[in-house]
Amino acid sequence: MHNLASIIQSILKELFGSSPSLDLLYTFLGYLVPCLTVVTVIGMIGGILTLMERKVAGAIQNRLGPNRVGPYGSLQWIADAIKLHLKEDIIPALADKNLFRLAPYIVFVGTVLTGLVIPFGGSFIVVDLNVGLIFLIVAVSLVVIGLLMSGWASNNKWALLGGIRSAAQIVSYEIPSALALLTVILITGSFSMQKIVAEQGLFPWQWFIFYNPFTFIAFFIFGIASLAELNRVPFDFPEAESELVSGYNVEYSSMRFGFFFAAEFGNIFVTASIATAVFLGGGNIGLDPYESGIGYQLLMVLVFFAKAIPLCFVSLWVRWTLPRLRIDQMMSMCWKYLIPISFVCLTCTALWMLVFNGNGIFWRMSG
Amino acid sequence: MEQHELIEKVKVTCQDSIVRIEEMPNDDVLVEIKKEEILSVMDILKNDPELKFSISNHLGVDNGENYAVIYNLYSYPFKHKITVKACLDHEHPEIDSVESIFQGMNWFERETYDLLGIKFTGHSNLKRLLLPPDWEGHPLRKDYVYPDFYNQIDNRRPDLCD
Amino acid sequence: MAELVSQEMFLNMGPHHPSTHGVLRLIVQTDGEIMRRAVPDVGYLHRGIEKIAERVTYQGFMPYTDRIDYVSAFSGNLGYALTVERLAGIEVPEKAEYLRVIAAELARMGSHFIGFGAVLLDLGAVTPFVHALRERETYNDLMEMLCGARLTHNYARIGGVSHDLPEGFKEKTLKFIDHLEYEFIDEFNNLISFNSILVKRFANVGVVSAEKAIEYTLVGPNLRGSGVQFDLRRDDPYSIYDRFDFEIPVGKGKFGTVGDCYDRYWIRIQEIRESCRIIRQALEQMPEKGEIRTKIPKVFKPPKGEIYVRTECPRGEMGFYLISDGGKSPYRLKIRTGSFSAMSILEELSQGVMVADLVAIIGSFDIVAPEIDR
Repeated sequence: MHNLASIIQSILKELFGSSPSLDLLYTFLGYLVPCLTVVTVIGMIGGILTLMERKVAGAIQNRLGPNRVGPYGSLQWIADAIKLHLKEDIIPALADKNLFRLAPYIVFVGTVLTGLVIPFGGSFIVVDLNVGLIFLIVAVSLVVIGLLMSGWASNNKWALLGGIRSAAQIVSYEIPSALALLTVILITGSFSMQKIVAEQGLFPWQWFIFYNPFTFIAFFIFGIASLAELNRVPFDFPEAESELVSGYNVEYSSMRFGFFFAAEFGNIFVTASIATAVFLGGGNIGLDPYESGIGYQLLMVLVFFAKAIPLCFVSLWVRWTLPRLRIDQMMSMCWKYLIPISFVCLTCTALWMLVFNGNGIFWRMSG
Repeated sequence: MEQHELIEKVKVTCQDSIVRIEEMPNDDVLVEIKKEEILSVMDILKNDPELKFSISNHLGVDNGENYAVIYNLYSYPFKHKITVKACLDHEHPEIDSVESIFQGMNWFERETYDLLGIKFTGHSNLKRLLLPPDWEGHPLRKDYVYPDFYNQIDNRRPDLCD
Repeated sequence: MAELVSQEMFLNMGPHHPSTHGVLRLIVQTDGEIMRRAVPDVGYLHRGIEKIAERVTYQGFMPYTDRIDYVSAFSGNLGYALTVERLAGIEVPEKAEYLRVIAAELARMGSHFIGFGAVLLDLGAVTPFVHALRERETYNDLMEMLCGARLTHNYARIGGVSHDLPEGFKEKTLKFIDHLEYEFIDEFNNLISFNSILVKRFANVGVVSAEKAIEYTLVGPNLRGSGVQFDLRRDDPYSIYDRFDFEIPVGKGKFGTVGDCYDRYWIRIQEIRESCRIIRQALEQMPEKGEIRTKIPKVFKPPKGEIYVRTECPRGEMGFYLISDGGKSPYRLKIRTGSFSAMSILEELSQGVMVADLVAIIGSFDIVAPEIDR
């Protein structure tokens, strides 16, 4: 088994010896440590992304952005999180209290679950499931249940409208984004994230985005569809502050709101990571992720983040540049354009595999 | 068309309805009409091929002994202005609504009803516009007295000189 | 199979809502995203300005005219001053006329920055709004130089204006309009006006035909958006507007039907350019020295009479119907505003559109709630 959990287990075994009951404990600890790390990392990245968003927005809008807490405002996100924890948690009197309490956690869990199978480079992956990509798609869709739940439970018409919008939107855009990812599955023949990364290489022409013209299109389809799944401008209908005031989270306060917020920004990073791993070669620097030394492993992580963070930036950049579409225009864009195009990409990639015997446009043609 | 030409023209077209017609500052013409004739006068002003007026403003006035409604009209094709005025008696200020001729008067007439209490018969939705529905009285009337309370909200201000 | 029962939903949009441009309430009846009807409920900002006018002196009413439309305060000042001057037959000195035109055109630009900025904000584009506000900031600075106030200027006086041109104002204004004409407008258009998402949101939405616009007494940019070439500055000139050379942008259906939201938006962008032209000419022609105010008596009593004067404000014509009984304060003053008539057409326009379109329509009319309620 090649993942962080098994590595931790083997280290523990070497240190404390082995017995059936101890093995169970090692397994538990082996998964607990990476899981907690991933929750923390995604939560923190979500927080840092809020700061980054405000800084980017400031730069785009000719202003400074946060600059009071810490040097250049760099600790603003921590202050925000503390503030959110200290606020009063208000639950509307006529809300469905249990659902209302549950909804933010479901949204947040949906986000951090995806963290389990993201290959952060090298051996830094919690568990390399053989259905990794499917698991990702499923976990991301969990968010929609939480959003719908919060919209319904708030007992507020605006929130309900937001929740229903998000359900319609996310369910629709799942299809093109999943189809876009499937084009890559045709090439690798595996859903394992590590395998997908390992099939690519250090150089751009070894990445799946440049495998053939259709994967190139699929990358952009995935980009657009994931913007929609993230509820970001130009597809931010569930929130649409000028129409629905704030959408599904209008009745939330305190850390429950914070969970929605962290999940939203965590999701930005998660989708950027998926795009990086699947299309842009992930943390692959041409070395074996498990056999290399710790220095190379960290380099792989660095490479991974160096690709993922610019993608996050693109999401922020789009948000502060474009206006919002109308909901029917967004739906027609999905069903009339993105889904047919992604089907074409899928079919043509399959044909490409058949005709060119599985060779990409650049990298296997020579060798 | 100059002011006096317009006066002649209007005199010819709506002769019987006119009480008084005179020049007004700012190249305007003031026509006072009988209040029963308001609809026919408006119809002529709107549809006469040489006038083609459309409405621009409407207001009501409390003159003390009577009320008056005033309509400012402007002709986009011929660029002349006219002000139509009708006096209403003080006890039962009532006049036909011109909403059927100029749709845009809906809100103007509601405002006049709200602030002056002039009733427009035939209006499709004569409800208060600016003030809350349970407000008593019509503030722009000269004999209006400010209420001390509105829904238990004290409107009185302490007299600091006392 | 039993038929699915669906129910229409009543939504209360406002009085506190981010895109109602002030305190404005709409009772929205929707079937999901499709709107059946939106009934405006106005009056939350009714301050009884017309009643106040009957209690204060003619000069004392000037500051209240700032508050009719506080986004372009000077336009209200100018309209009121003109009305009283025409009734009383007061001549305004040459230089004051120029100063008034400059201030009025600056106010028009300042208002349009908010106007098209806010509608873009309603459509989810935050950055263009901030960029427009940056320019409005310069306008505020200029007005502050001119009269000391940034929002409610109270600059006009009956018979002139309150302050003469300060030193450096001319250079700063020229620099500002150079920046607008040669940099800002093009940059802004490239950023947002020709953006295909914006065009999709605006084109063919909220179409008002020319007949309907006149029928519903729409005025100003909203009327011109429907293709009616009418501007009081040219067709019924007041002050000294007949001395300037400028064009009147009309809605031509640039990306859709004539009279849609895009036309109304596009006219406001173009009017910035025309205002720049007027200011440039006014600054050139303005006499260096001269009186800025005609003396009027402290206890000012205009003659008995009635007058109706309209001026072209950023939100359409603002008309003052003044009845004087020869006393110290107006007998009756009716203020007719552009937003009022724009609001009255909303109920009809909102039938069958989507919730998001309603926001775009309100925004494209450039409604300012205090101007509706007065």
